[in-house]
Amino acid sequence: MELLVALAIGALTFTGTYLMLRLRSFPVILGLTFLSYAVNLFIFAAGRLKTAAEPIVGQTEVPTDPLPQALVLTAIVISFGMTAVIVMMGLGAYFETGEDRVDAPEGRDGRVEDASDDPVGAAAETPMPKESRA
Amino acid sequence: MSPALIAALPFLGALFPGLAARFGRGPAALIAGLATALALAGLLSHAPQVLAGQPVSVRFSWIPALGLDASFRIDGLGLMFAGLILGIGLLIILYARFYLDDREPIGRFMSYLLLFQGAMVGIVLSDNILLLLVFWELTSLSSFLLIGWWQTRAEGRQGARMALAVTGGGGLAMIAGMLILGNIAGSHDISVIVTRAAEIQASPLYLPALILILLGAFTKSAQFPFHFWLPHAMAAPTPVSAYLHSATMVKAGLFLMARLWPALAGTPEWTAIVATAGLITLLLGAKIALFKDDLKAILAFSTVSHLGLITFLLGLGTKAAATAAMLHILCHASFKAALFMVAGIVDHAAHTRDIRSLGGLRKAMPVTFLIAAIASLSMAGFPPLNGFLSKELMLEEASHAVWLTPWLVPALATIGALFSVTYALRFLAQTFLGTPRESLDHAPHDPGFGLWAAPALLAALVVASGLLPMPIFGPIVDAAAGAVTGAPVHAHIALWHGLQPAALWMSLAAIGGGLILLGLYPRLRAIWDATPRPEAKAIFDALIAALVAAADGLTARLHNGALSRALWTSTLAILAAGLWAFWGAPHAPGQRTLLQPGGVAVVGGVILILAALATAFRHRDRVLALILTAIVGLLLSGAFAWFSAPDLALTQISVEVVTALLMLLALNFLPDHTPAESSALRRLRDLAIAACAGLGTAALAFALMTRDAAFPLISDYHWAQSKPGAGGTNAVNTIIVDFRGYDTYGEITVLGIAALVIFALAEAVLGSARARSFLARMPQRHDAGDAHPAMLIVGTRFLLPVALTVGVYIYLRGHNLPGGGFVAGLVFSIALLWQYIASGYLWSDHRQRFNHHAFIGAGVLTASLTGLGAWAMGLPFLTSGYTYVHLWPLEEFELATAALFDLGVFFCVLGAVMLSLATLSRLAQHLRPAPSGTKEA
Repeated sequence: MELLVALAIGALTFTGTYLMLRLRSFPVILGLTFLSYAVNLFIFAAGRLKTAAEPIVGQTEVPTDPLPQALVLTAIVISFGMTAVIVMMGLGAYFETGEDRVDAPEGRDGRVEDASDDPVGAAAETPMPKESRA
Repeated sequence: MSPALIAALPFLGALFPGLAARFGRGPAALIAGLATALALAGLLSHAPQVLAGQPVSVRFSWIPALGLDASFRIDGLGLMFAGLILGIGLLIILYARFYLDDREPIGRFMSYLLLFQGAMVGIVLSDNILLLLVFWELTSLSSFLLIGWWQTRAEGRQGARMALAVTGGGGLAMIAGMLILGNIAGSHDISVIVTRAAEIQASPLYLPALILILLGAFTKSAQFPFHFWLPHAMAAPTPVSAYLHSATMVKAGLFLMARLWPALAGTPEWTAIVATAGLITLLLGAKIALFKDDLKAILAFSTVSHLGLITFLLGLGTKAAATAAMLHILCHASFKAALFMVAGIVDHAAHTRDIRSLGGLRKAMPVTFLIAAIASLSMAGFPPLNGFLSKELMLEEASHAVWLTPWLVPALATIGALFSVTYALRFLAQTFLGTPRESLDHAPHDPGFGLWAAPALLAALVVASGLLPMPIFGPIVDAAAGAVTGAPVHAHIALWHGLQPAALWMSLAAIGGGLILLGLYPRLRAIWDATPRPEAKAIFDALIAALVAAADGLTARLHNGALSRALWTSTLAILAAGLWAFWGAPHAPGQRTLLQPGGVAVVGGVILILAALATAFRHRDRVLALILTAIVGLLLSGAFAWFSAPDLALTQISVEVVTALLMLLALNFLPDHTPAESSALRRLRDLAIAACAGLGTAALAFALMTRDAAFPLISDYHWAQSKPGAGGTNAVNTIIVDFRGYDTYGEITVLGIAALVIFALAEAVLGSARARSFLARMPQRHDAGDAHPAMLIVGTRFLLPVALTVGVYIYLRGHNLPGGGFVAGLVFSIALLWQYIASGYLWSDHRQRFNHHAFIGAGVLTASLTGLGAWAMGLPFLTSGYTYVHLWPLEEFELATAALFDLGVFFCVLGAVMLSLATLSRLAQHLRPAPSGTKEA
C-alpha cells in the first residue's frame, strides 16, 4: 500500500511540475493545484499510513498521527486561497494584455518591455524636487 | 536613572520633535535638547560612583536561549563616551537649531539625530555583544538618513550610500567575528569576555575573530583601506558632520577596539594589524588633508588622520598608550566639533567653503576667528591647548615603540604631527588671515549668538583643559583607561614634563617642520597637482558597478522575465539539492512493516495515478483537464478517509467543490483550449524535469513511509492531552483550535487577506479602461437553453436550510468528532453558492444581508477576542478553558473557549470563500452591457 501511495505522490508531482512549466496561465494554475495535492499527501504520509485508526479519543487505542492531519487540513484551505489569488492575477493579466501567456516578451536586456500607456510608469521618474539650501 | 533608560531616552525623544515642529523650530529643538539633557543628567548622576571604580549595571533577560540579554553597564569607558555623545549632542542640537534653513523640516532632522544618538549611546552602554551589534547596525542605518539628508543632491545620496555600504558591510563581518568571540569565551557578556583573554588568545579561532571584528571597527572608524567613505559623507549638513565625525560615528570603531582591548590586545597579531593600519591612516589622512581646498574636506581628512593616531595608540597594546588614546579622544572631540561648526559658520557667512576664495575674514568675523584660532592651534598641537597634551603623550609612546627599526615609528609619528601642524595652520591662515577677497558677493559678518555659542563653549573647554588638564580631564581619563586596561591608572597629564622626554624634541621638530612646509606650500602643491594618484571613489564606484553588472548578468540568465524559465531552473536546483543529500546518506531499505493492499484502495489509487497522468497529457482541452483534476481531488479525499483521516476527507471534498467552481468561473473568461506552441524539444525537457521530480518525490515518500519516526512523536502529547487538557476527543480539532491555535489564527488571517487581495485586484481590473473594453469586446459564449432552470432553483431553495443545518451540526460536533469550523465554513459557502448558480449573481447578491468582508472581519475579530479573553484571566494569549454545563432538559454538555475560536475560523472561511467566488462572478457582470441574470426566481 505504501508503494502505491508513494507512486501517487510521484504521479501528482510529475503532473504538477509538467503543467507548471507550460506557457499559459490556466495549465500553470492547474499545475499548482496538483503540486498542492502532492505536497498535502506527502505531509499526510509523513505521519505513516494506518487504516481504521481515526485520532478520536475513545474510538481508537493507538491512533494514527494527528499532527500531520492538522497541518494538512489548514494547508488544504490555504491552498484554495492561494489558487484563488493566482486565478484572479491570471485573469487580470489576461484582461489587461489580451493574452494568457505567463512569460513576458523577451527584450534584449532580458527585462519586460513596457508596453503600457498608463502614466504610472512615468510617475516614478518624476524629476527631483528643487534643491534646498542650508 | 537606570542605564537602560539612559539609552532609551533619545529613542523616546525621537518621537516628539516631529510633533513639536508644527509649533516652530524652537520647540522642536527644545524637546530634542530636553531628551538629551535628561539622559545626560541621568548619566552624570552615576558619575561619582563610576569614577570611584564601581560600574553600574542593569540586566533584562531577552532571549536567554541565544545568550542575548538586554544588559547595560556604565563603567569608566562607557561614561566617557556616553558623556561625549550626549554632551556634544546637546551642543549640536543648539547649533542645528540656528544652522538649518527655515524651509528644512527640522522636526524630522531632530528625530533622525536623536535616533542616531540613541544608537550610539546604546553601543557604548551595552554589556552584551549581541545587543551591541543591534545598536551598531542602527548607527549605520540612522547615519544613512543623516548623511543623505539632502536627498535631492546627488553627492548626498552617493555619500550616504557609500557610508552605508562600507560601514554596513564591515558590520556584517563584525557580526561573524562577535559570534566567534562569544563562542570562544562561552559568554556574550562583555564584562565576562574581557576576563577571558587567555582562552581567547590561545584559541585557533582568535585570528579569524580578530580580523572580522577589526573589519567592523576599521570600516566604522575610516581606517586605511576603508578611509575613503568619510570625506564623501561630508555631503551631509554641517551639524551632522560635526556630530558624526567628532564625537560619535567614527569613534564607535575606536570604542569597540578599546572595549575589547583586554580580550584582544597584546598579541603580535593585534599590534601588527592595528598599529600598522593606524600609522598608515595617520600619514595618509594628514597628507591628503594638506592638499584639499574645501574646509570640510580638510577637516574630514584631518579626522581620518587623527582616528589613525588613536588606532595606532590602541594598537601599541601598552597601558600608557591606551591612556594617551583616551585623552586624545576627548581632546579631538572638543576641537574637531568646534572646527566643523566654524566651517559651517564660514559657509553661511561667505556662501563658500572653498579656501581659495576665502581670506581675511579676521576683521569681518572676529568671534569666529577667535574660536577657529583656538581650535585649529589645538589641532596643530600648540601649547597650552589640549591638543598639545595628547600629542605629547602620543609622541612619547611612539618614541618607545619598536617596529622593524627603533627609529621608524618615532620618525613617522613626527612626520604625521608635522603634517597636522601644516594643514591646521593653512586652514586658519587661508580663511581668516591675509587680505579680504573682493570676489565674495556680499560682506560676511559674525553670526548671531545662537550659532557661535556652541563652538565658543567648546573652544573655552579646549583652553581650560589645556591649562588645567588634571582637574578637568584627569579623573575621567583615569576611569576610562582603567576600564580599558582592566587595572587602575593614574595618568600624569601636564604641559611641561621637563627637557628630558623625547616627545618635547619631536614636538618642536614637528612645529618647526610644519612651519617650513607651510612656507614651501605653493611648490608642494604644484608637485601634488602634477602627480597622478588613485581616486578612491572611482575605484569604489567601479567595484560597485562590477558587482551590480555581475548580479544583473546572473539574474538575467536565470530570470529573464519568463516565469517558465525561473520555474525550471529553480526546480532543477531543488532536484540537485535532493540528489546531493541522497548521495551523502546511507541507502539501506526501511524495515517498517507495511500495510496490506486492500482491494478498493488499490483500484482508487490506480485511478488517481492514471487521472493525474492523463491530465498532464491531455491538458490542452481545459474543460477535460478540469474534470480530471476534480477526479483526482475526489479520490484524494477518498484516500484520506481510507487512511483514518475523516477530517481531511471532509475538508478536501468541500474544498474540491469550491475549487472546481472557481476554475469554472475562470474558464468562463479564458480560452477553453491551450494552443500547442512548445517545441518538441522543450516538451521533452519539461517531461524529463517533471519525471525526475516525480520519481524523486515518490522515492522520498516511500523511504519515509518504510521507516519509523526517528524521534518520539510530538503528537503523543497532543493525543494524551486532547481530552484532559483541551476538553475534546477529536485530536485533530484540538490541535487546530487549541494546541496550535496561534498557527490557525495566522492561517485564517492569511486566508482573509487573500480574499481581500482578490477583491482589490478585481477593483483594479474594473478600474482599468483597457480591461473593461476587453471584457466588453469578449465574444459571447453560448448560454445553456435556460440559464436558470426552475428545477435547479427549487432544488437549491429546498436544500439551503438542510445544508445550513448540516453545517451547524458539523461545527458543533467538531471538537469531539470529525468536523469543525473549517469544514462548516466550506459547507455553508457551498450551500450559498448553489443559490448563485441557480439564480444568478445579481439575484443572490441583492439578498445578501451582510457583506462578505464583514464575515472575514468578524471571524478574525472573534478569534482575536477569544485569544484576548485569556489575558483577562491572567493567562497567555489564546489559552483555552472549558467547563461542563448541565441545562435541563439537555444532557450535560461542554462549553469551551476553543469552540468560540472555531466560530471565528468558521466566519473567516465563510467570508473568504464567498468573497473570492462572488468577486469572480461579479467580473462576469461586465461581460454584457445589459445583464440578463436578474430574472427573479
